[in-house]
Amino acid sequence: MFDIPQHSFNFMLFVFGLLLIGSLSRIIISQKNPDKDYTELHQRIQSWWWMIAILFICLSLGTTYAILLFALISFLALKEFLSIVPGRQSDRRVIFWAYIAIPVQYYLVSIQWYGLFIIFIPIYIFLFLPMRMVLIGETKGFIKAAGVMHWAVMLTVFCLSHIAYLLVLPEKNAAAGNIGLVIFLLFMTQFNDVSQYVWGKALGKHPIIPRVSPNKTWEGFLGGMATITLTSAFIGPYLTPLSLELSLLAGLVINVFGFIGDVVISSVKRDLQIKDSGALIPGHGGILDRFDSLIFTSPLFFHYLYYVAY
Amino acid sequence: MKWLNKNRVLKVIFFALVVKPLVFIILGLNVRGKNNLPTKGPAIIAANHNSHLDTLVLMSLYPLSLLYKIRPVAAADYFLSNKYRAWFALNIIGIIPIERQRRVRKTELFSGCHTALDNDEILIIFPEGSRGQPEQISRIKKGLYHIVHDRKKTAIIPVLMHGLGKALPKGEALLVPFNCDVVIAPEMAEFQTADDFVKQLESCYQELKTYCITTTEQHN
Repeated sequence: MFDIPQHSFNFMLFVFGLLLIGSLSRIIISQKNPDKDYTELHQRIQSWWWMIAILFICLSLGTTYAILLFALISFLALKEFLSIVPGRQSDRRVIFWAYIAIPVQYYLVSIQWYGLFIIFIPIYIFLFLPMRMVLIGETKGFIKAAGVMHWAVMLTVFCLSHIAYLLVLPEKNAAAGNIGLVIFLLFMTQFNDVSQYVWGKALGKHPIIPRVSPNKTWEGFLGGMATITLTSAFIGPYLTPLSLELSLLAGLVINVFGFIGDVVISSVKRDLQIKDSGALIPGHGGILDRFDSLIFTSPLFFHYLYYVAY
Repeated sequence: MKWLNKNRVLKVIFFALVVKPLVFIILGLNVRGKNNLPTKGPAIIAANHNSHLDTLVLMSLYPLSLLYKIRPVAAADYFLSNKYRAWFALNIIGIIPIERQRRVRKTELFSGCHTALDNDEILIIFPEGSRGQPEQISRIKKGLYHIVHDRKKTAIIPVLMHGLGKALPKGEALLVPFNCDVVIAPEMAEFQTADDFVKQLESCYQELKTYCITTTEQHN
C-alpha cells in the first residue's frame, strides 16, 4: 500500500514484535508484584509505541513527510536546549534566526544539495548569528552567548539533519531502500542504549566516568559493544548497502559514539543541575534525553557510510 | 440551550485550533503538579505574571469542555481600551474586568469576582498586578486577600510559571519559541492577615522555583 521496500517492512514488523513482547512482559511483571508501582515503566513503554508509530508512519508516507518529521524533532530539541541553558534576554531575536536555520537546512536536504547542506550551519549560521548579535549591541556575556547558540544549532540541527539526508542518498540496497538506513541507525543507537544499560545492570562494577554518570560501567560499555557489533553484522547487510565486515565496524561506530553522545548530554544536565531536559515524552523526559546518543551517532554513521559505500 | 451559544463555540474553536497548538508545539510546557490543578470552583489560581501568554498557558491546561468555567481577572483599562480587544477579551477569553484606575469601594471593585465565585467558577488572578520585568516576581499586592478573606471554601492554588517572559516579554511583539515551566502547588493553607497571606504566597513561589528546569540569566 505504502510501497515500503520488503526488508524495511519486515524489520518494522520485527520492531513491533519487540514492542509487543515489552508490553506483555510489563503486564506480567506488574501482575506478579501488584503492590509495586510500575507507572514509569508503563509510561516508558507506551511512549515507545507512540514514537515508533509516528516514525514508521512518516517513513512510510514518503521522503517529504519523513524530512518534515526530523525537522520537527530538530525544532523541539533546539527549543529544549535553549530553554534549559541560561541565555541573555537580549538574544531573543538572535535565537529567532537560529530557528530559521531549521527550515533552510531541511530544505537543502529535500533538494539534495549536499554541498550547501554540509556547510550551511558550520559556515553561514556560524558567522551570521554573531553578526546579528552585534547589531543588538549587548557586549556583556557576548562570548558565552555566541558559543551556546552555535553549539545548540550544531547539535540539534546540523547533527540531527544527517538522519534526514540518509533518505535522499542514491539508493544502493534496493531491497531495503533508503528508509532501511534510517531504521538501521535509529534501531542500533537505541538498542545500544538498552544493551549498555542491561549489561551494566547485570555485571556492572567498574565505573567508566564516575564524575559524569556514576551508573555507567566498563562492563556495560563492553557488553554493549559485543552485542551491538554482532547485531550490526547481521542486520547491516539486510538494511544497508554495507557488507558484513563493514556493518560490524558501523556497529562499533554507533556503540562508541552513542555512549559519548549520552554522556555529553548528561554533562550538560549535570552542569545545570537538572535530571531531565524536559517533560515532552512521558517516562523518558525531554526530547534531548531520548536523542542524546543520536546527536553523535547520526553524523558519524552518515559520514562513515558516505566514505565506504558512496 | 445556553451552552450552545455562538461565543462559546468560537472560544472552543479558538483554543482547539490556535491556543493549544501554540502552547504545546511552539512553546512546550514542563508541567509539575498537574493533579493540584482545580477542576471544581469556587477556586482561584494565583499565578505570577510575566507575559500575555500566561493566561493562555493556564487556560490551555484545561480540557476544552471545562474552558467556560475559567475566568481570568484582567485590567479593564487595558483590555477594554478598544472595541475589538474588548469583544475578544470578554467573549473569547472570558475575562472579568477590574477597574484598577478608579477609586471605588473594594466590594464594588471585586463584585464581578464574587459573582463568578458564587457560580463555582475558577478565577485566574495575577497577584503581582502587572507583568513587570521578564522572569522576575514583583511585589505581591493585597487585592487577592481582599477577595477571599471573608469567603469560605474558596481554594487558592499558587502557580509559578517560568520561561514565558523569554518567549514573549512585555513590550515585544515577536514570539520566540521557548519551553516553559508550569509548577502547580497544592491549595494554600489558612492565613489571618493580609501580610500573612503575602508572606505565605511569596515563600510558596520561592519553593516552586526550585522545580523549574528552564533558566534565564538576570544580569542585564
